[in-house]
Amino acid sequence: MTDIAIRFEGAGKTYPDGTTAVEALDLEIPRGSLTVFVGPSGCGKTTSLRMINRMVEPTSGTVTVEGRDVTSVPAHELRRSMGYVMQQSGLLPHRTVVDNIATVPRLNGVPRRQARERARELLATVGLDASLAGRYPAQLSGGQQQRVGVARALAADPPVLLMDEPFSAVDPVVRQDLQRELLDLQQRLHRTIVFVTHDIDEAVLLGNRVAVFAEGGRLAQYATPEELLRAPADDFVADFVGRDRGFRSLTFVPAHDLPLHPVAVVRPDGAEGVVGPGSVPAGGWVLQVDDDGAPRGWLRPGAGGAPLVGGTLHRPGGSLRSALDAALSSPSGLAVAVDDAGRAVGVLRATEIVAAVERERQAQPSGTAAP
Amino acid sequence: MTWTAANWPHVLELTGAHLVQSVLPVLLGALVAIPLARLAVRSRVLRPVLVTGSSLLYTIPSLTLFVVLPLLLGTQITSVANVVVALTLYVVAILLRSSVDAFEAVDRGVLQASTAMGYRPLRRFLTVELSLAVPVLVAGLRVASVSNISMVSVGAVIGVQSLGTLFTDGLRRSIVEEIVVGIALTVVLALLLDLLLQGLGHVLTPWQRAGSRSVTTRLLALGRGAAA
Repeated sequence: MTDIAIRFEGAGKTYPDGTTAVEALDLEIPRGSLTVFVGPSGCGKTTSLRMINRMVEPTSGTVTVEGRDVTSVPAHELRRSMGYVMQQSGLLPHRTVVDNIATVPRLNGVPRRQARERARELLATVGLDASLAGRYPAQLSGGQQQRVGVARALAADPPVLLMDEPFSAVDPVVRQDLQRELLDLQQRLHRTIVFVTHDIDEAVLLGNRVAVFAEGGRLAQYATPEELLRAPADDFVADFVGRDRGFRSLTFVPAHDLPLHPVAVVRPDGAEGVVGPGSVPAGGWVLQVDDDGAPRGWLRPGAGGAPLVGGTLHRPGGSLRSALDAALSSPSGLAVAVDDAGRAVGVLRATEIVAAVERERQAQPSGTAAP
Repeated sequence: MTWTAANWPHVLELTGAHLVQSVLPVLLGALVAIPLARLAVRSRVLRPVLVTGSSLLYTIPSLTLFVVLPLLLGTQITSVANVVVALTLYVVAILLRSSVDAFEAVDRGVLQASTAMGYRPLRRFLTVELSLAVPVLVAGLRVASVSNISMVSVGAVIGVQSLGTLFTDGLRRSIVEEIVVGIALTVVLALLLDLLLQGLGHVLTPWQRAGSRSVTTRLLALGRGAAA
């Protein structure tokens, strides 16, 4: 067995009226990876996804899953061997949460009691309370419905998960939670996930590899998110990836060798001190911290006026992007670094962060090819 | 009440006959109309043909049908079969239209998701599509059954026994009480059948009340809060 789970070989879809949804697509999806299909609407990303479980039959070429041509298996059996999550969850409105999750095992002939038992376990896996088991989908929030959708897709333990814009209909805060949970889930389960979205940020955040589709069903680029941001294959990809791609590509550069500087701090009880290596001259910016040492805000040099709201924080293992953002958003221009517990451990200087960006650029053979 | 007291076994018999002649066509009509409606949904050819055809069917006067059917079916003019067949046609006419609406109201996303999970077509129809169509299907059945109850009476004109017989007989013999009893029993039958169907719809769709139940609970809690 190779480590390719899904392979498109010249797979294309042309409708009887002559419109081409997908041009001959060649693509290999590694086993256990999260691959994202991204592109504007009408670019064939969903059609390509649906060729995998034969919701769409290709008019040319083949799709193979684990070495088997998908057309060699009856469609319903093929589909039961893959989890499928769609926008608006697609839950059965007349079945309770637990019976929705148990759908595919039930189709496979698993006894009801056993299928429900497994469904209850899955509720916990996707972070839902067991008390929701007996509810109907209409009684759940959008985010809860999507979680049930994911649980349902996992119920028969399929090696492949297909996700068709699963998070695009929920509000941004819930979407962030769902994205993070999907990454956690993937770390534990190692499924082959194919994820469709029109949101490039979501693609870059989630994907091990990202396939960018252009209008007319053409595959414009298939690469890691890092490569995509650093070296877009053509103008279409560069455009689609967006304006901040230079800044965003710093997400993939670790910031481990930045020097940490000391900073003066003041606690709620008025006690003054210094965190970080060495000492600081008097009369500079002072960082307000709470009793645990977590940053709360900044005081201007000379301690005059009300405290200013602090910037974003640079956490351990953070990227150059998070370091630079922390510096740019901080009123003092100093990026506050915190430890895993959220306590301030020192500050980073914007000039040194930019210098690190420059070193990184020179180390890269392709450079940040700005157009 | 002297007429009723003397004739109640006959009245009971007529009520039974009335019930059979109205309920049987609803069942037969549903068996024909629901599958036909499912075929018509999303068919560019079948849908207009069936929907328009069924509407045309409804414009045929019932008395005409009662008289013509024996010629077509070769039955006796006073046979119950004529009434049952005629009313079945009317039920199909009413139900086809509303059943098409019922299936079209089912969320296509849900059907797609079912297919994507590995449902085969027949199982999907029986366990997903039909269940989700129940609210609108039951609404159509209620209209058809009530309309049937009233239409069965027309059969009495050509001599088919039903509660309508009480009208024709009472009119001929000038017994007001007989006519009133006939009307009252027809109304009661219609109400009972309607309630029964409503109840059936209620039992089949616990998921429909899922949203409102929480509202009720909240209102109750509010009431308790105000009382305390």
